[in-house]
Amino acid sequence: MRNNSVIGWLLATPLSLVLLVFLVAPIAMIIVVSFWGATEWSIYPAFQFDNYQFLLTSDVTYRVFLNTFKYAAMTWVFTLLIGFTVAYYLAFHIRSLTWQIVLFLLCTIPFLTSNIIRMISWIPFLGRNGIANSTLISMGVIDEPLEWLLFSDFSVILAFVHLYTLFMVVPIFNTMMRIDKSLIEAAADAGATGWQTLWHVIIPLTKPGIMIGTIFVVALVMGDFITVRFMSGSQSANVGRMIQNDIGLLQYPSASATAVILLITVLLLIGTLLRFVDIRKEL
Amino acid sequence: MSQKLDLELISLTKRYGATVAVDAISYHFNAGTYACLLGPSGCGKSSTLRMIAGHENVSDGSITLGGRDISHLPPAKRGTAMMFQNYALFPHLSVLDNVAFSLRMQGVETAARHARAKEMLELVDMTALADRLPAQLSGGQQQRAALARALITKPDVLLLDEPLSALDPFLRIRMRAELKKLQRELGITFVHVTHGQDEALALADEIVVMNDAKIEQAGKTRSVFEAPKSAFVARFLGSHNVVSMPDGMVAIRSDALQVTSTDTAKLPGTITNIEYQGTHVALTAVVRGEQEVTALLSDKDFFGDPKDLGEAIGLDWEAEAAHALAS
Repeated sequence: MRNNSVIGWLLATPLSLVLLVFLVAPIAMIIVVSFWGATEWSIYPAFQFDNYQFLLTSDVTYRVFLNTFKYAAMTWVFTLLIGFTVAYYLAFHIRSLTWQIVLFLLCTIPFLTSNIIRMISWIPFLGRNGIANSTLISMGVIDEPLEWLLFSDFSVILAFVHLYTLFMVVPIFNTMMRIDKSLIEAAADAGATGWQTLWHVIIPLTKPGIMIGTIFVVALVMGDFITVRFMSGSQSANVGRMIQNDIGLLQYPSASATAVILLITVLLLIGTLLRFVDIRKEL
Repeated sequence: MSQKLDLELISLTKRYGATVAVDAISYHFNAGTYACLLGPSGCGKSSTLRMIAGHENVSDGSITLGGRDISHLPPAKRGTAMMFQNYALFPHLSVLDNVAFSLRMQGVETAARHARAKEMLELVDMTALADRLPAQLSGGQQQRAALARALITKPDVLLLDEPLSALDPFLRIRMRAELKKLQRELGITFVHVTHGQDEALALADEIVVMNDAKIEQAGKTRSVFEAPKSAFVARFLGSHNVVSMPDGMVAIRSDALQVTSTDTAKLPGTITNIEYQGTHVALTAVVRGEQEVTALLSDKDFFGDPKDLGEAIGLDWEAEAAHALAS
């Protein structure tokens, strides 16, 4: 008995150490620093609520958080629609497993290049004299170049959707592949139309996958700063940008406090999502 | 039952590319019959059932139910209902909602459809488990829920795809008795696909033995069993010996064989195995041409005159017990 428990502890040690050093310690550090004080030229250890007070009473914070939520929500809607459709097509319309794998790998090809490159390659496409505008003008659809194509919320969300849709496709596809095909036939047998089958059978059974994808996308968008910076041309901000700014100004305590608030917000969000769907059986 | 609900297959064919899964089979199921499609795996029996259900396109030929051509109708418009091999209950819905599913699809009010679903659950004795999820049910209970779900649409024909194969042997025998009872009560046609001959013999009024995409033999269960027309049917139904005699192949039931002395018998042989089976003793002998023949003797007959391994015996039978086989 005793021997067993020693072995148990030993087995748990490596992972515990990894988590301790790479997860718990950095977060603890951030939390500690978030209570420190800072002047224009120095940082000093302290235990004070100045950073939080400033953060929570500033109008800017709320606007930036609101903007972050807006990006997350809109990206979520589009990645979900596209991701679900792609996964549905792969899982239910492609009959052979070989083709499913081939097409699935095809979806991952964009991931062979870096995020930044994929983002930046939108710029010549969407710019004032870019491919999109010149094509539309030559087709006679518009007379003036569209200004909102680049350095706007549109381009930010476009880039987010482009970058993160696969994170929605993968878990949804995974869940869909586990749906017994005879359930679809049973629904047809019961007189369900295609849409009824989708609504009453496929979507309920795909919920765990949708939830995992949602967590991925929301967490990624909430923490992002580089996409917002590039695609908005530094014209709009999210929480990540706010933290990055503080760091640029060497205001580590303030950056830490913002990071702590962001962490709490995201945790609350995910906690709420998990109350709706039980994803345990998917893991 | 009225003549108008007969189910008829008319040179029904299923092709998958170049392979022919079902080759122009024709059969007439009288309304209210319990019929079994029997055959080894890959013989086309499941494809046939799935075509009747509408889950597989008909390549050629047609299916009529009560004189109405249903070959190309969607599953729910055919007057058939299917019970799937693994029952295909919706895992996210309670038993009650599973049973009420088709009514929900038709837009029936919650109260009305639940009332109907409860009636069906009563029929299969599942009222107490109405609120459970399928995962919380045993195999037999899942089967009853699936039956209730299939029957709520008031089908004229119930199609069952290997309904008992997921159950353990004990439960299988109990559930098959329940299936038979339910069919008798409802009076509708049951078409049941199975590869187990004991199941088919126990349940079916009529059996359709299939092999290699074709119907080998079909008819009243007893007449098929009593007079198999081909070696395949005789072997597949079991309890038969297929013996090559000078004037052709014959099928003889194991229990029609008598053990006699070597010199007068039709077939002399040597005992290679003796198996005690409680009420019977199965005695296997090698006869002319290295053929194995099994005689099923009652325990009284055998122990009245016991034999030993390696002993020479003669096997005899009444002339009418041997059925000449086509091939």
